[in-house]
Amino acid sequence: MQETAWQVSLVLMLLIAFGVVYVAINSGKREEDYGPLVKRAYGFRTKLFWAVALVFFPAMIYNLTDLPYDTSRAASSTGTPQVINVTGHMWYWEMDRDQVDLGPVEIRVTSGDVNHGYGIYDPSLRLIAQTQAMPGYTNVIRHTFDKAGTYRVLCMEYCGIAHHNMMTEFKVGNI
Amino acid sequence: MASYTYTPTPDYGAKAGVLAYLVVSAVVLLLMMVFGLIMRLEHSQYTEIGGLWFYKLMTLHGAGMVGIVALAGAAIMWHFLRQYVELSTGIFIANLILFLTGVVMILASVLLGDFHAAWTFLHPLPSTSMGLWSEWAAAAFMGGLLVIGVGFVLLHLDIARAIITRYGGLGRGLGWPQLFGPDDGNAPPPAVVASTMVTIVNLVGLVVGASILIMMLINLYVPSFEVDPLLAKGMIYFFGHVFINAVIYMAVIAVYEILPRYTQRPWKANKVFLASWTASTFMVMFIFPHHLLMDYAYPKWFLIVGHIIGYLNTFPILIVTGYGAMMIVYRSGIRWDMCSRLLFVSLAGWAIGAMPAFIDGTITVNYVMHNTLWVPGHFHTYLLLGMVAMVFGFMYYLVKPSEHATDSAIDVAAFWGFVVGTMGFTLSFLYSGKMSVARRYAGHLPEWIPYDRIASFFAALLIASVLVFIFRFLAGLGLAGRDYQRASLARSLAT
Repeated sequence: MQETAWQVSLVLMLLIAFGVVYVAINSGKREEDYGPLVKRAYGFRTKLFWAVALVFFPAMIYNLTDLPYDTSRAASSTGTPQVINVTGHMWYWEMDRDQVDLGPVEIRVTSGDVNHGYGIYDPSLRLIAQTQAMPGYTNVIRHTFDKAGTYRVLCMEYCGIAHHNMMTEFKVGNI
Repeated sequence: MASYTYTPTPDYGAKAGVLAYLVVSAVVLLLMMVFGLIMRLEHSQYTEIGGLWFYKLMTLHGAGMVGIVALAGAAIMWHFLRQYVELSTGIFIANLILFLTGVVMILASVLLGDFHAAWTFLHPLPSTSMGLWSEWAAAAFMGGLLVIGVGFVLLHLDIARAIITRYGGLGRGLGWPQLFGPDDGNAPPPAVVASTMVTIVNLVGLVVGASILIMMLINLYVPSFEVDPLLAKGMIYFFGHVFINAVIYMAVIAVYEILPRYTQRPWKANKVFLASWTASTFMVMFIFPHHLLMDYAYPKWFLIVGHIIGYLNTFPILIVTGYGAMMIVYRSGIRWDMCSRLLFVSLAGWAIGAMPAFIDGTITVNYVMHNTLWVPGHFHTYLLLGMVAMVFGFMYYLVKPSEHATDSAIDVAAFWGFVVGTMGFTLSFLYSGKMSVARRYAGHLPEWIPYDRIASFFAALLIASVLVFIFRFLAGLGLAGRDYQRASLARSLAT
C-alpha cells in the first residue's frame, strides 16, 4: 500500500509540475486577445474536470471496499480469531500474550492513561496496521498474519517524553 | 456569458499595522524554521539535545508555525480587504497585541515550565505530565492559545461586520446572488469572497477551539469535571484543521490581487469561482474527520465523510484556483520577478501538496501511513511551497523599488534554493512516510537516519534562501508603506 501511495502521489505531483512548467515556458509571448484564449481554456477545463472526476471517483469508491473497521476483516473459515488484549501506558505496552499463530488475530487496544497509537511493524520494519489507544475506548485491529516472524509495536500517537521509546514486540508463528 | 469589468484598485503601500504583522511573522517564521532544522538534525544524529528539548522545540514549532502563518495570512487579507470595506485598525492592532501576549504565555509555558504536550494538546496529556511539567505550565500553554484565539475572533467579527455593512450579508460576500441567480457580473471581488469564506470557517473553528480549551482548563484544576477524550480530540482537530487551512485561503488573496497586475488580465469572480469558494467553505469544515480515521470509536459514516471530502476538496484547488492562475499567466507576456515567481509557484505548491494529502485521507492508506512522516510531508509542501511562498511574494511586492526594477542574482538564486530546498525537504518526509518512519519521535531507528540526513541538507538550503527573502524585506521596509505603482495596472475587460 505504501508503495502504491508513493507512486500515485509522485505521478500526480509530476503531472501538476509539468503543467506548471508548460505554462511558465509559454508565458513570455503575449496573446493580446484574451477572449478566445479564455474560451479555449474553459473548454479544456471542462475536459480536465471530467478527466479528474473519472479517475478520482472510482478510486474513492474502490478504496471504501476494504475498511479496517469492518468486522469481516479477520474472518476465517478455520475458526475464531486469536485475541490479544492491549493497554497502552506511559510509556510501555501491556499485552496479555506475546505470541500468536499464523492466521486471523483480533487485537483489542485501549489506554490506561493518555492517547497512544498501536502500530504493528512487520519483520522488515514496514507498518502494516494501526489504531489509536484511547482511554475509555477499545479499538479492535483485525489482521490476518500470513508471515511468521517477530513483529514490533511502536507508539503512533505522541504521548510525552518517552514516546519514541514506547516499543514492544510479539511473535507470529513458531519461530 | 456575463460581462465583467475589472477595476484595479490603486497600488497602496502597507499600513504600519500590516508591516508590524509581517515583521513579527518574518522573525518568528525564521525562528520556527530553525527549530524545525534542529529537530531534523537530531533525527540525523548530528546533534544530541535529548528527548525533553526535542519535544519542547516540537511543541513550540507546531504551535508557533500555526500561529505565525495565521498572522501573516491575516496581514495579507486585511491589507487587500480594507481596499473594499471599512475595517477597524484598532481591532487589527488588538489582535496583534493579543497574539504577542499569547506567544509570551506559550514561551513561558514551554521554556520555563517544560510543557511539551505538542500543539495538539490531546486530552488528557496536558493534565497527565508524569511530573514533567506543572499545572501552571499546562494552563499557560492552553491559556496562551485561548488568548490568541480571542484575538482572531475579534478580527473576524470586525471583518464580518465590515462585509455585512458593505455587501448586505455574508451570503452576498460569497457572491450567492450571482451564484444562484443570474450572473450580472457584479459579484464581490475575489479578495472579498475569500475573506468571507475564511471569516465564516474561522469563527466556527475558533469557537469550537476555545470551547475545548476552556473545558480542558477547567478539568486541569477540577478533575471531577471530566472531558471525554474522543470528543476532545474531535474538537481539537476541527479547530486545528479549519484554522491551518484558513491561512492558505487568506494568503491566496495576494495571488488574486497581484498576479492580474503582472499578467494584465483580470481574475474574475464568475459562477465557477463562486461555486468553488462556497464549496470550499463547507468542505473545509467537514473534512476534519480525515485526522481521526484511526479512531475506530467514531461512527463509520463520520470517518467515510472525511475520506470522501478529501477527494472532493482537490477539485476547487486543482480545477479552479490552480487552473485559474495557469490561465491568466499562459501567453500573458508576464514580467517575471521575485514577486510574480513566488506567487506563481505558490499555487503549484498548493496543488502539488494537495495530492499526497488526499491520498493520506484515503482510509486504507491512512491505516498504514497515519502519523508517519508522510503527514508532515504533505502539509509542509502546501504550507511552505504554497502559503509561505505567497507571504514572501507579497513581501517582495511591497518592497519592490519600482515597476521595472530587476532582481539581483542572489534573490533569483534564493528563489531556486527555496523551491529545490522545499521539494527536497518535503520529498524526504514523504519518502520516510513510505518507509513507515513514525512522526513526532525524538530519536529515530538506525534504518531511518539516512532519510533524515538528506532532509536536513534540504532544510538548511531552504532556511538559507528564506534568510535572503527576509533580509530583502527588512532592508526595504521603508518602501513597503509608500503608495506607488509596483506593477502595471491590469487592463479592464473580459467576457
